Amino acid sequence: MAIKTTSFASGGDGGRAVAGEKKGFRLNAFTGLIAGGLGYLFGHWMGNAIAGGYQQVIGSGQNDIAILLGFIFGTIGWFLGLGILNYPLKKMAGIEPPLEGYEFEPGVMKYFRFTLDNKVVGIQYLFGMLFYFFTAGLLALGIRTELLSPTNHIWGPATYLEIVGEHGTMMMMMMTSVVMGPFGNYLVPLMIGSKRVAFPRLEAAAFWFTPAAYIILLSALWQGGFQSGWTGYAPLSIQQGVGQDAYLFSFALLGFSMITSSINMTATIINYRAPGMRWSRLPMIAWGMITVAFTMLLSVPILIDGLYVMGLDRSVQTAMLYAGHGGSSFLWENLFWFFGHPEVYLLALPGFGLTMEILPVFARKPLFGYRTAVTGMVGVAVLSFFVWQHHLFQSGMNPDMRPLFMLTTELISIPTGFIYLVGLGTLWRARMRFDVPMLFMLAVFFNFLFGGITGVYVSDVPVNVTVHGSYFVMAHFHYTIMGQLIFAVMGAIYYYAPLYFGVKLNEKWGKIHFWTMFIAFNSTFLPLFALGLLGMPRRVFEYAARLQHLNQWVTVSSYVLGLSLAFFVVTFVWQLAVTRPKSPLNPWQSRGLEWQVGYPIPPGNFDKIPVILSGPYEYGDPNALPVADLTPAEPSAVGVSSGGEI
Amino acid sequence: MTTSNKSSEFTAAEGRSHVKKIIGIWLVVAIIADYFVWFVYGPHMPPGAMTDQARGQQFDIKVISVMAIPVLLFIWTFGFYSIAKFRGGKDRPDGYYVKGNVKTQTAWYVITATLVLFLAGFGTFELIVPAGAGGGEGPSPIWTPSTPVKLVVQVIAQQWRFTYRWPQFGGMETTSINLPINTEIQFDVTSIDVIHDFWAYQLGVKADANPDVNNVAFAKTLQYGRFTVRCDELCGIWHGAMYNYGKVVSQTQFYNWATQMQRQNASVTKLLPKFALTYTPSYTGAGGGYYPSGDPNGTAA
Repeated sequence: MAIKTTSFASGGDGGRAVAGEKKGFRLNAFTGLIAGGLGYLFGHWMGNAIAGGYQQVIGSGQNDIAILLGFIFGTIGWFLGLGILNYPLKKMAGIEPPLEGYEFEPGVMKYFRFTLDNKVVGIQYLFGMLFYFFTAGLLALGIRTELLSPTNHIWGPATYLEIVGEHGTMMMMMMTSVVMGPFGNYLVPLMIGSKRVAFPRLEAAAFWFTPAAYIILLSALWQGGFQSGWTGYAPLSIQQGVGQDAYLFSFALLGFSMITSSINMTATIINYRAPGMRWSRLPMIAWGMITVAFTMLLSVPILIDGLYVMGLDRSVQTAMLYAGHGGSSFLWENLFWFFGHPEVYLLALPGFGLTMEILPVFARKPLFGYRTAVTGMVGVAVLSFFVWQHHLFQSGMNPDMRPLFMLTTELISIPTGFIYLVGLGTLWRARMRFDVPMLFMLAVFFNFLFGGITGVYVSDVPVNVTVHGSYFVMAHFHYTIMGQLIFAVMGAIYYYAPLYFGVKLNEKWGKIHFWTMFIAFNSTFLPLFALGLLGMPRRVFEYAARLQHLNQWVTVSSYVLGLSLAFFVVTFVWQLAVTRPKSPLNPWQSRGLEWQVGYPIPPGNFDKIPVILSGPYEYGDPNALPVADLTPAEPSAVGVSSGGEI
Repeated sequence: MTTSNKSSEFTAAEGRSHVKKIIGIWLVVAIIADYFVWFVYGPHMPPGAMTDQARGQQFDIKVISVMAIPVLLFIWTFGFYSIAKFRGGKDRPDGYYVKGNVKTQTAWYVITATLVLFLAGFGTFELIVPAGAGGGEGPSPIWTPSTPVKLVVQVIAQQWRFTYRWPQFGGMETTSINLPINTEIQFDVTSIDVIHDFWAYQLGVKADANPDVNNVAFAKTLQYGRFTVRCDELCGIWHGAMYNYGKVVSQTQFYNWATQMQRQNASVTKLLPKFALTYTPSYTGAGGGYYPSGDPNGTAA
């Protein structure tokens, strides 16, 4: 198959070819899988050769060193097989490699390759994210099925906890990492007027970490799973079988993905804005992405440190997380939640960014209080680093810090409230259009309100005694994550389908999807608050018989929710692959710069670096300038920052 | 794009009329909701009033609810009113061109900040007054009861059961728990393997059971009745089955039960490791064997 491989000059000029092309076989995901499998076998063999005679391995029959080395070499093989390491390895060898460029390539094979086009990477992320989400969603249905009865079991306790752990870990870590991908990678360069992202290799590599993590995490099911849940508290996580190694290694891979993705996003937004793209004109999605990127950069390394410690405790018998042998189980709790609580906001911030981006388009009004919105997002990101101990109010750690963490946790309601002010202000005397994306955005505000207000209960130490570790907390975070982020993502898919695929998804089907999902979501998760207040702890396969009816209601509602999402998958794939209802250009009459470039978007995004003339939300102002001049005569004459052209 | 917005379409009088309607609707529904929450549902709210701590938590839930529900209702009222009134269409002009309002924004900042700071102060007061509010305070509690502790119960968690040691009754160990009425009780919670959590729901007590840590919580019993004990931290396969029940009984009944158990268990008590605040699993003591943490090999025992 003839593949175009071009090279381009360094800097921000995107994909302009400066060297010739060559033809031949190109590495892809399938060669990556083969190399990854071989790498795993090599690493496992090496681990057995090294540690097969260790006392603890002989005694337990469990060689964590072999498993972890298998994962390490498997991942290296995966990257080699994909061709991700070709460029740096050749550079290190003193060979000047050709740079693979952005030349348009028809067909779907490009989505299975390491590619430098931010739009291809964005679509890889979109489908990857949906795949991970639906896998974890199926696992959730498994959990709910078990809970149909308080005493009769479908799975048995071990399998039940394996499913619980897989569901939680996949939802939290896979969604966390990838949520920046479909929208940040695809949209941010278009929104800020850049031809490319700052570090296209890091951007692409960040995605290709995720399938490896997905496979490794799921492989735990065939290795006895891990019964520590996604929180992985030690010493339970040290006590577990080799399935726990899959947990810690896949989580670490996602950590690397988050870091690489964040470095790229931060550098892109700071350095690659087009002339005229002031901070005060930056679209809300870009604000969502840069705040989440900073949060990731500061919190994820702590998680990786913790996972490293856990790996050492498990494999070479250090005792850093094990009380009684010089370590402390508090260490992991602190390391984990120092990452874990900012992570909750990693999920919320992109959702808020999407919501505030889309709301003005359908309200036909400017975003109310732009600076308030930005302050809210920055405030949430900053405060998220000072609240982690509210997960540990009952842990027995130093109690005199509790008033402080109660205060910081409640303070975070203030910047979150800013976002509600912005939302309500934008609806005030609007001319709302209730297309499917708008319905989802309104639902974001409705759902998150439950999550936000119940957060006040959780943060109050006395009330926390009742609700901590119960279904109340579970309902709370499902409202903040699924009720907010997933609804925002769904709305954004309907909104951006014309831009991504040239397809306008059917409104009637979209509304059926929305209403069934909205009703079923609330019917599933609202009763969980009551279950928690009535004393039902999380992650139990048996519960009080008096709670059976509520649990059955929740389970049936979750099936309807699953059907609603299945309906979306079928209609989405059907329309993309079969009917392809053509969309007019900019069907929502958006002012966003990303909508001004037409469809299909050229590989380098813009023919010329645009000059930004006004903000993206000037709806209702008859005198507003167009958002940008797409064909400026002399971009450099504007005298503003580089905007991606060096 | 449509940009035929004219300021005459959006008069100030019309705006004030909308505001009055929204506030009027909100006030009515908020007052009704708060009345219902405080007077009708409030007395029955979890976790009940079996102890001073549980009663305090119930009070906190009520107070937060009567403050939170008007906030929720305001946003709902505003949102639903807007959806009903501010509708547009593809052939209709754009909405009101306004990018901010200093008075509105300032009012919002002040009101939300005031609410949040009040709740933080209130929560802190409620944390301190009922001696840690029933939560585990670690080995050195700083919020202790104003009345003397009359009974100490050590809760030992292990996969997958709770046992209780009674230092005032010869260090005996029981698998069930009874508590006397009108008594200030100190729970010393620890674990001999992984992290568990001692959650006595109706007592309003929750404390993580950590290996090698003594996590202290207090409760003063006020009502007779049965209470549920559940593990509230994931602790392995049988976490879901790690629960039992206890009772709050009269002081006489409790004393009779405890002395009877002390006599009945005397021969077993002799075999137990010496009472300590924490224990460490023995290196070879599979099946629940454990020793005081100062003597992890059990040499002294």
